[in-house]
Amino acid sequence: MNRLHRFFRTPEAIAGALILALLIAMALAAPLLFSGDPQAIAGPALLPPFHDWSLPLGTDRLGRDVLAELFHGARTSLAVGLAAAAAALLIGAVIGTLAGFAGGLVDEVLMRITDAFQTVPSFLLALAFVSIVGPSLGVVVAAIALGAWTGPARVARAEVLSIRERDYVAGARVIGMHPLEIAFREVLPNALPPVLALSSVIVAAAILTEAALSFLGLGDPNRVTWGGMIAEGRTVLRTAPFLSIIPGVSLVLTVLGVYLAGEGVVESTAVRRSLS
Amino acid sequence: MSLLAVSNLAKRYHRGSKPFAAVDDLSFEINPAETLALAGPSGSGKSTIARLVLRLIEPDAGRIDFEGGDFLALSGAALRARRARLQMVFQDPLAAFNPRATVARVLDDPLRIHNIASRAERPRRIAALLERVGLDASLATRAIHEISGGQRQRVAIARAIATKPSLIVLDEAVSALDVSVRGQILELLLDLQRQERIAYLFISHDLGVISAVAHRVVILDAGRIAESGDARAVIANPQSAIGKALVDAAPRLNRNRP
Amino acid sequence: MTALLSIRDLKVTYRRDGVAVPALKSVSLEVFAGERLAIIGESGSGKSTLALAIAGLLAGGAEIGGRMDWFLPAGAGAKAKDRQPSALATSHPRLGRDIGFVFQDPSSSLDPVMPVGKQIAEVARTHLGLGWKAAYAKAKTLLERVRLPNPDTILHAYPHQLSGGQKQRVAIAAAIAAAPKLLIADEATSALDTIVQAEIVSLIRRLVAEDGMTLLFISHDIALAASLADRIAVLRHGELVELGQTDQILEAPRHAYTRSLLDAHLGLDAKPLPNGQGASA
Repeated sequence: MNRLHRFFRTPEAIAGALILALLIAMALAAPLLFSGDPQAIAGPALLPPFHDWSLPLGTDRLGRDVLAELFHGARTSLAVGLAAAAAALLIGAVIGTLAGFAGGLVDEVLMRITDAFQTVPSFLLALAFVSIVGPSLGVVVAAIALGAWTGPARVARAEVLSIRERDYVAGARVIGMHPLEIAFREVLPNALPPVLALSSVIVAAAILTEAALSFLGLGDPNRVTWGGMIAEGRTVLRTAPFLSIIPGVSLVLTVLGVYLAGEGVVESTAVRRSLS
Repeated sequence: MSLLAVSNLAKRYHRGSKPFAAVDDLSFEINPAETLALAGPSGSGKSTIARLVLRLIEPDAGRIDFEGGDFLALSGAALRARRARLQMVFQDPLAAFNPRATVARVLDDPLRIHNIASRAERPRRIAALLERVGLDASLATRAIHEISGGQRQRVAIARAIATKPSLIVLDEAVSALDVSVRGQILELLLDLQRQERIAYLFISHDLGVISAVAHRVVILDAGRIAESGDARAVIANPQSAIGKALVDAAPRLNRNRP
Repeated sequence: MTALLSIRDLKVTYRRDGVAVPALKSVSLEVFAGERLAIIGESGSGKSTLALAIAGLLAGGAEIGGRMDWFLPAGAGAKAKDRQPSALATSHPRLGRDIGFVFQDPSSSLDPVMPVGKQIAEVARTHLGLGWKAAYAKAKTLLERVRLPNPDTILHAYPHQLSGGQKQRVAIAAAIAAAPKLLIADEATSALDTIVQAEIVSLIRRLVAEDGMTLLFISHDIALAASLADRIAVLRHGELVELGQTDQILEAPRHAYTRSLLDAHLGLDAKPLPNGQGASA
């Protein structure tokens, strides 16, 4: 109750939450409102928006309904963004916790691997991974997570390094708790808040990376994506700019919404921490 | 035979580039149901000794025999199983528990880890432990941060006795408590000692508390034993320089002063 | 005796998660010029809140009620700060100039990245209007006064290079740099071991006597307070339960709570607790 109240105190957080709510509603409503195949031909090609109210946002080069594509694209963006971020946070938190808690050689090896991943630009990594394994939704998620887990891993490790010196960790050892249980039950949950604070950045980056991959034609070909829509529109940019602008603006708003809502969550938990 | 025998224990740390001995060639013994106090100024090695005895840190040299076995030779599962017999209570009861924990979870852990009670039986055991340390069983559902400092230290003691230990290390366990609570906690510790024959390694900077509860005292200075002996005799008539300084520095309540 | 400070009906309330938590409920007392007054109490008694209120250091969220009247010698004292409620606005003294404050933990009250000499010199510069050179000379004298060895070396040392006791001596030197009328020590020795604690207490006693300062000594330890104070005020749950001369408090406490604090003290001659050595002896 209180936390929600604090979250909605800033206008930025409210705006972010509204955008995200709209996006989620779009994603959920897509199969209901546009039950057919969004990639099917719905009308004449290159129909501009607001001319035909059965196709409010017009059609693309092949006569597909842009609004239906937008709704189904929201589904892909959100699914890929959330799944990739969740995977990155999970991998990062586990590796960071193991490295920080075990110390010594384990820490050394895990952190050098982290370094190696961090030195390769994450987009190149995703590009290479998808081109080798082949584009499908699962592969795209894995490819994005592959480049995004290093940040959470470093934050988790730093947090774990300070937590493992606390008395309650010593206390857990004294009662004979297994080191893995100490690491994942006592230490990790308390190391999570700063790691989770990264999640909005990671979700936003994942959505952008997915769009970029699709734009380059490396997205799942069986799904509509905003990046793919922009790529489609690019060829007719001069005659029908709306085909690129509509998904582009959606992308910007989504990333903005994720950032703002994420900031709101961080702010509200920060207030709570400083009070306690 | 002694319950715990520490011989020639040594631990060095590095301060900058030069090493210094936190604990230097230290030997002492504790008998069953006995309270041995460790006293000394800060930096004398009291807390290092506590952590060495509990194997929270490893010594550079020396030997620790506990319940007739080489305690330093244990590792992995054997060490974890042995820990049931050797427990600890920390100075700050808030820092000693996972900030997310409830009282029930804190007490459930040792019972589960050492297979002391089945899952179905544990709530009853937790209630009994709480009652044993003078707390109401209904406290079990509360979060650790919701209860008072004195209650928390009682929960810490309940956790320490859950596995029926023969020795509990009390590291400044009453120093952070208000005086009115301190007396009750000391009474509880002594009652447990009498009933369960638990020995205490009682680490404290407060000679008043030590003379009230300890049988013997070891006075430390820079990681070495300055003097040791019967607690009240040593405190009444200290021989070492550090012992004299500690006694002189202790605040006195001169209730019949001129 | 003349009063330095008269506190009437002081109330302080904190707000935590929208809930009002009273820390002080109507406390009235007088602090006499030149006396050593100890304020003792257990956790939650409000003793630190009282110290902070007197120093004007309460956090912004605290609600303050009642009066605090200062009787500072002419010339001292500044106009009341804006954030003090009007009821308190007479001539509130300046912290650092008129009041020296020593906190419990010198590691957090000293700036970790500034040499300690500079921290003391800054106080002297700000409040005495000295130049840097004169301020450093003053800082050196102060380090000598708080009996730190090698003041020339310590002047340029950083806090982390000093022991806890040495840091507290530096904090005391900074607190008395501007020759304040009132020195407040808020649990200033609680984080130190017994031997260092005794040294710091005797240092405070000497400095207070030499400079004719008034001392407010906040402590949870009644024996420690009694060793230093002329009068003792006992706080409990935000209320003043008893205030009297040290001898009277020790020998004839009027309040049962004071008596229980005295009884709970374990001196070196403490009898073994009932279940203690009796069993083995």
